[in-house]
Amino acid sequence: MMSMEMIPVLESMFRFQWEEAQQCYVLLYPEGMVKLNGPAGEILSLVDGKRNLVDIIGLLVDKYPQAEDLDKDVVVFIDDALEQNWIRGVV
Amino acid sequence: MSGSCQGKPSSLPETPTHGQPLWLLAELTYKCPLQCPYCSNPKDFADFTEELTTEEWIKVFEEGRKLGAVQLGFSGGEPLVRQDLSRLIHEARKLGYYTNLITSGVGLNERKVAEFRDAGLDHIQVSFQASDESVNNMLAGSQKAFQQKLKMAREVKAQGYPMVLNFVTHRHNIDQIDRIIELCVELEADYVELATCQYYGWAYENRQQLMPTRAQLERAERITNEYRAKLAAAGNPIKLIFVTPDYYEERPKGCMNGWGQVFLTVTPDGQALPCHSARMLPIEFPNVREHSLDHIWNESFGFNHFRGYEWMKEPCRSCDEKEKDFGGCRCQAYMMTGDAHNTDPVCSKSSHHDIILNARAEAEKPAAEPFLYRNERNSRVFCKG
Repeated sequence: MMSMEMIPVLESMFRFQWEEAQQCYVLLYPEGMVKLNGPAGEILSLVDGKRNLVDIIGLLVDKYPQAEDLDKDVVVFIDDALEQNWIRGVV
Repeated sequence: MSGSCQGKPSSLPETPTHGQPLWLLAELTYKCPLQCPYCSNPKDFADFTEELTTEEWIKVFEEGRKLGAVQLGFSGGEPLVRQDLSRLIHEARKLGYYTNLITSGVGLNERKVAEFRDAGLDHIQVSFQASDESVNNMLAGSQKAFQQKLKMAREVKAQGYPMVLNFVTHRHNIDQIDRIIELCVELEADYVELATCQYYGWAYENRQQLMPTRAQLERAERITNEYRAKLAAAGNPIKLIFVTPDYYEERPKGCMNGWGQVFLTVTPDGQALPCHSARMLPIEFPNVREHSLDHIWNESFGFNHFRGYEWMKEPCRSCDEKEKDFGGCRCQAYMMTGDAHNTDPVCSKSSHHDIILNARAEAEKPAAEPFLYRNERNSRVFCKG
């Protein structure tokens, strides 16, 4: 089980940015690009190497008070991002 | 349809739907200290000496970014030869590109690796010719190349860059694939491209000396798969990318993901191409000195010529796989059949497929001829002017 105290940090292999031409957030890496869907982009835009999962979920809840199960969505995405080596977790 | 067609007389065909040039390859120079006999540069490179200026390149980067380009490769020749490389990296990074330096490592040093980092360089790809020093240096045509590459690969990692190592494989080094992979692991590469030689430019001239046999290739692929499983089990995130040669396929590759769909190359003298080999084709391609990249990508004859399916001949035209492979590679069709509109001879449906079968048979024979090395003296033989 993932600790909610975990601080996700973007791996140095990747650069995260908004791409105007794609109208989405992307992850850039050597000779490649991952286009992120809306929620994934929102979550990663809050990954700054300082915030833990509680902080990130808190900010998203403030921004989308109507959304249900936000915490679960964040955990699922973070789990996937760890698996893909996009981020690593610091406790 | 795309807005770029507006205002044209209705009798002209509309510009076909096409993607954005996400990948911009800047071939900064044809100059190179090495002489690899599989170089993809044109054989007559010595004819093109008027390199774009710093300001001209920056304009290309700005225009490319507006069209959606996001990956920028600094290539060549050897891009380190350009004295303004730091400035170009800096300007490109400022525009939001992910910047890739594609280098032989020859001409690199600790100070430059740091300087490029400060300028905003994102990634360095170092090419090797072999895992064995003498084979490497024989192929590179340089006695010092291998040690320099090792040193620079270590420096790139020490300074915190993501690193891709690129090995072009062929009959002289493919049997050492295990050693190649172990060297890459030792050097802590993030990605490894085990790229079977593609036969364009100088490599086409040297094909018989380069092309591995089917048995060599199958063994190399099997060993690569074994290493993948072993490295993954050990928790090593290194990624091994094995590029198979189309000469052993029955269907052609979907070359460049389609003509003028994602890729745009600019040559040292400013010619814009839909792929880095296309200069050989008997088609007039636009120059960035005369046209904007927007015009080049969306409206020029050269970039529109092989878009869509209208240009195709049989058996491509009525083939139900044409949306998958776009008829294969236009350069290969031209080199082998004399007509770039023909089906890529790699396809077993092509009436020229025997050319590929003959090349496979030739690969079974020992490499007889000496290499034709890629250097200026040899290039002059192919020059028109």
